[in-house]
Amino acid sequence: MTTFSFDAVAAILLIPPSAAALMAALPNYRVTARLNVVASFLTMLAALSLLVIDRPLPGQYLLVDDLNIVFIVLNTFVGFTTSVFSASYIAHELDTGRLTATNLRFYHAMYQIMMFGMNLAFVSNNIGLMWVAVELATLTTVLMVGIYRTHEALEAAWKYFILGSVGIALALFGTILVYMAAQPVVGEGTNAMVWTVLIQQAARFDPALLNVAFVFLLLGYGTKVGLAPLHAWLPDAHAEGPTPISAVLSGLLLNVALYAVLRFKLLLAASPQAIPPGPLMVTMGLTSLIFAAFMLYRRRDIKRLFAYSSIEHMGIIVFAFGMGGPLANFAGLLHMVMHSLTKSAIFFAVGHIAQVKGTQKIADIKGLTETHPGLGWALVIGVVAIAGLPPLGIFMSEFLVVSSTFARQPLLAIPLVFGLLLAFGALLFRLTGVAFGEPHGSTAPVEASYVPLYSHLALVFAAGIYLPPPLVTWFQHVAAILG
Amino acid sequence: MNGLTFDIAHLLAGGLVLVSFMMLYQDRLFALINVFALHAVVLALSVAWQAYIQDAHHLYVTAAIALVFKAIVIPVGLHRIIQRLGIHRDIETAVGIGPTMLAGIGLVTLSMVLMLRVTPEADPLAREDLAFALSIILLGLLVMVTRRNAVSQVVGFMSLENGLVLAATGAKGMPLVVEISVAFSILIAFIVIGVFLFRIRERFDSVDVGALDDYRGERR
Repeated sequence: MTTFSFDAVAAILLIPPSAAALMAALPNYRVTARLNVVASFLTMLAALSLLVIDRPLPGQYLLVDDLNIVFIVLNTFVGFTTSVFSASYIAHELDTGRLTATNLRFYHAMYQIMMFGMNLAFVSNNIGLMWVAVELATLTTVLMVGIYRTHEALEAAWKYFILGSVGIALALFGTILVYMAAQPVVGEGTNAMVWTVLIQQAARFDPALLNVAFVFLLLGYGTKVGLAPLHAWLPDAHAEGPTPISAVLSGLLLNVALYAVLRFKLLLAASPQAIPPGPLMVTMGLTSLIFAAFMLYRRRDIKRLFAYSSIEHMGIIVFAFGMGGPLANFAGLLHMVMHSLTKSAIFFAVGHIAQVKGTQKIADIKGLTETHPGLGWALVIGVVAIAGLPPLGIFMSEFLVVSSTFARQPLLAIPLVFGLLLAFGALLFRLTGVAFGEPHGSTAPVEASYVPLYSHLALVFAAGIYLPPPLVTWFQHVAAILG
Repeated sequence: MNGLTFDIAHLLAGGLVLVSFMMLYQDRLFALINVFALHAVVLALSVAWQAYIQDAHHLYVTAAIALVFKAIVIPVGLHRIIQRLGIHRDIETAVGIGPTMLAGIGLVTLSMVLMLRVTPEADPLAREDLAFALSIILLGLLVMVTRRNAVSQVVGFMSLENGLVLAATGAKGMPLVVEISVAFSILIAFIVIGVFLFRIRERFDSVDVGALDDYRGERR
């Protein structure tokens, strides 16, 4: 069985780069768009197979455990649905001449390399390899953010590049410090970078060095999570790139960086003398939440609006994981899954809406539920979900975050609830203008791909009403691992 | 380890911090790039010395990358780009030289206090390397925030990255150092090509990031 299950990991890591090589060679964009869907689908199947078959034993480089399976399955699923959305999105971009066939070859190849980077970051057991994988995923998204080559897109890509590089440099320094802390205990060489080895021996590491390392790692990877005050790249990158990329940035790439933070948080928690990592994460999470909630009010660009909403939600998730404990971790995990599904669904809808209206300005988009009921109502459901109204999934996870906070730190619950209500108000305020009222702008029919959009929303809806017991036990188990 | 090998390693790492300081007050782009080339040469010497005293032959590869790529290829390439773009006049520093130097001294003090305090048990060479490396990283960040010109921001980033390489080679027996330095070289090549292409293809009036800022933000 071991050889077979190793093959599943190998498939996850091999399908995307080989597909990328093939798509870079094929000239016809219709073929490459389909190939992109097929490759993403196969990767998702390989990831799902990890749930049923025996897992490989952790090696020096790769690891599959209960924690990262959640991330891998989510990552490949959203990667697949986004590729379906992307196929219909880019066809329109080609018609309007914003992208050329050559751009698309590049775009599809980059899409798969990005999936490869993210999957590699999840399955890596080596903190050095994880760093390289995150860097790879960042680089590919930078290239895709700048693909339209307008002034705005290039500025967004440049900003993302510089801030992302600084973040990644700080994360590398943190990684080196972790190695320095491990080296006297574990010995020189690769073993001192293997996460499964580190976590067993962490109690004997020099706590002071681990503390400093964690601060660098939190700042470095936190830049990529989009935590305030290191978030400046995020709204620009979301607003100026192609919408499928906004969907994977919000839905997936932020999770990759979050996953890295969680791994190191576990390492720090395993060392009794080190500072508890929780309060640092709680502070950064709350700051991001409240800052983003205020920023939501003054947005005029619809993609920027939802980019700030991503900062807000990453803040909630980091806050929940920072609180720790079985309930808050469970809530954080659930919130992360729900946010990925909802936010990517919203970007699917927004992508089609911006295409049909020819603008991203909120003021120019009105009365969508009348002119384009399919998209308009999807947006309504998505925004209602992301704002945290019952009965959808995010309501449940936010409720769990708030109630676990009330039970343990009632004072912290006050700013948390304040931030949530503030964001709630802003989103609903913007939604009413966009979705209802007198129609404004183009009313041309739209060839949208509704399947990925509504399947995400259906999952979020289902999760809000009924969580299957196996899923609950699985998440509870992962929450227990997270400590 | 005898006194002389330790002193040489110390001298080279300290020299790197000194060259980082020299970057802070350069107000011409060509001069800045020349100082950066010097930075890369000192880094190469330092890494090669580490390779020699640790008897770690793979580190010679990192040293060679630093020497060939960062001390020769990139500076020559940047010289060409600057000439093509016609921006060789001077650098617009966002903050004056005096405050920048003071801030630099503050950052070096900070990193010394921080790193030497948290690593009392580590190998003395490694801990001093780490303290120097953090100083270089922070000085690189300082160059990035005090310059508004895209090329000098890239130079700041590259000096920051030299600090990372110093830290990685100082950590005895750290795996993946060569791979990471290759990954960084690719990243830098991307940045440099990016700066060049943006200008050529898009005909920006300058590569001054301040000009990019004009396009920023909420389109109304």
